[in-house]
Amino acid sequence: MSTLAIDKAGPSRKVKYGSMSRDRAWALRWSYFFLVLFAIFFLTPPIYMLVTSLKSSAEISAATNPWWVFHPTLSNYVELLTSNQFLRFFWNSSIVSLAVVLVTMLISVPAAFALARMKFWGSTTLATGVFLTYLIPDSLLFIPLFKMLALVQDYTGITLLNRWYVLLFIYPTLTVPFCTWIMIGYFASIPKELDEAALIDGASWLQTLTRIFIPVALPGLIAATIFAFTVSWAQFLYPLVFTTSVDQLVLPVGITTTLIKGDVFNWGQIMTGALLGAAPPLIIYAFLMDYYIAGLTAGATKG
Amino acid sequence: MADVVVEQGQAVRAARARKQASLRNVLGRKSTVAFFLTLPLILLIALLVLYPAVYSVHLATLNKSMQKFVGFGNFLFLFKRDTFWMVVKQSCIFAVTAVFFKALIGFIVAHFVHNIPAKGQRKWRGMLLVPWVIPPAMSTLAWLWLFDPSYSAFNYTLSFFGIGPINWLGDNVWARFSVILVNIWYGAPFFMIMYLAALKSVPDQLYEAAAIDGANWWQKIWYVTLPMMRNIIAITALFSLIVTFANFDIVRILTSGGPLDQTHIFATWAFKVGIEGSDIPLGASVSLFMVPILAIAAIFILRDVSKRGNEA
Repeated sequence: MSTLAIDKAGPSRKVKYGSMSRDRAWALRWSYFFLVLFAIFFLTPPIYMLVTSLKSSAEISAATNPWWVFHPTLSNYVELLTSNQFLRFFWNSSIVSLAVVLVTMLISVPAAFALARMKFWGSTTLATGVFLTYLIPDSLLFIPLFKMLALVQDYTGITLLNRWYVLLFIYPTLTVPFCTWIMIGYFASIPKELDEAALIDGASWLQTLTRIFIPVALPGLIAATIFAFTVSWAQFLYPLVFTTSVDQLVLPVGITTTLIKGDVFNWGQIMTGALLGAAPPLIIYAFLMDYYIAGLTAGATKG
Repeated sequence: MADVVVEQGQAVRAARARKQASLRNVLGRKSTVAFFLTLPLILLIALLVLYPAVYSVHLATLNKSMQKFVGFGNFLFLFKRDTFWMVVKQSCIFAVTAVFFKALIGFIVAHFVHNIPAKGQRKWRGMLLVPWVIPPAMSTLAWLWLFDPSYSAFNYTLSFFGIGPINWLGDNVWARFSVILVNIWYGAPFFMIMYLAALKSVPDQLYEAAAIDGANWWQKIWYVTLPMMRNIIAITALFSLIVTFANFDIVRILTSGGPLDQTHIFATWAFKVGIEGSDIPLGASVSLFMVPILAIAAIFILRDVSKRGNEA
């Protein structure tokens, strides 16, 4: 009786398996097909940047096939990388971004440590407040900030508007809340026994932070650093509003305002500039992809 | 005699030690340390986020030269202007459509990436996230060039199918479409990454159980995947709604609000009125109109975040 039942079940199961694996194969083929379509959609602009950056302006205005380079040339790159103005933008951007990363880390790591480990009066409210601050967009604050900077200049005589260093004060408002938030998540996931053991051994709070928390939460720290750098590098609205002189501009604003001269668009150079401007975040992403993605998802999944 | 002296000395020393210790205690007390560790953060938020936010409300009640208090005058002036209502409408269309399609494309692509063998997933994921990594100001320039009126690469390609030429940024319907398309292109990879992370956390047993019950692929998505991912979908969509609603870079570079102010959204119009038109109070009032929608989204996000905090 029972052997009969097994015999019957045998072939039928086999057939089902066959159809399932055939379904699976088709599902896989379709997946690849659509992935290729989406990849084309997602990668067209950057590839088109690269294609155009290799063309001379004569070839661009000849209106040949836009997707292909017939006479590749590096003249756009040479021209931009030897132009003092462009190098100035690059330099401003680098200094601002690196300094902002430093400031952000100095502010957010100690604060995150205090908020994650030391329960004090108002600590949960402050943590929520930090998260809320992250949700306040730059486009809400640029007008009052502009007026505030003008007022500071009127009252104290310190010139802040139209100076690149003003961005060092303003950018942390974008980076610090998020970095603090994800560092709280990383610090909170460290087992309590670890810092209790350190305290018993006589370590001060600061020693606990520098000797235990920072080394253990290093992946989180790297993710936060990458986030702070890419945000400061990409920021467009604040520098557009606060800086106007050509020698004070950062890269995104510099490219959009100086390479577009009146109605004459030198597209070869604009695309080269855009590609060079996109290069630092892309290079960081290529090498530290896992940290980058960890930082992205941490904001929503760690909280 | 000698004993007493020794005792006295010890007592004095002990008292001094106690005094030093109490000073050290205050400095080393947990709340004091915590206060100093969070002080820079509090100062930054108070001076450069909260103060400007309150200050913009004050600015919005002044007249153009910022010398006279006009109360709600700026708001009433805005209500009477057609451009303002157009901006409201366009901001809502822009944000809702863009977020919906970002979420949809992100969900679909995440499924496809999740479907292929684990070995290739890293490569695909890396490639598909590129739009999110490039600074939006830079990639929008590439789109601007793709849409260029005389050398548009899109029109060149479409001409082979007998379509076009389309005036991508000059025609108001197409300009609105283009602005939204670029935003979807930029934001969909973020959704893809979030959904992919969420998909990985759905236990396989649930799908096996569903398969045994005879569920087809659609039922698996509807009854297993979606309920398991509800939280992350909600949070990502709300977060993206805030960012998209407050978007500036893409519209500014692509159309600067044109043609005829048809593609302006709050941020770009506030910039045009407040900074370029140097009517700071009016610009401040325009950007304040973003607050209600941001606040509603923020409340929902906060509810979700604290809910999950309690679960953990």
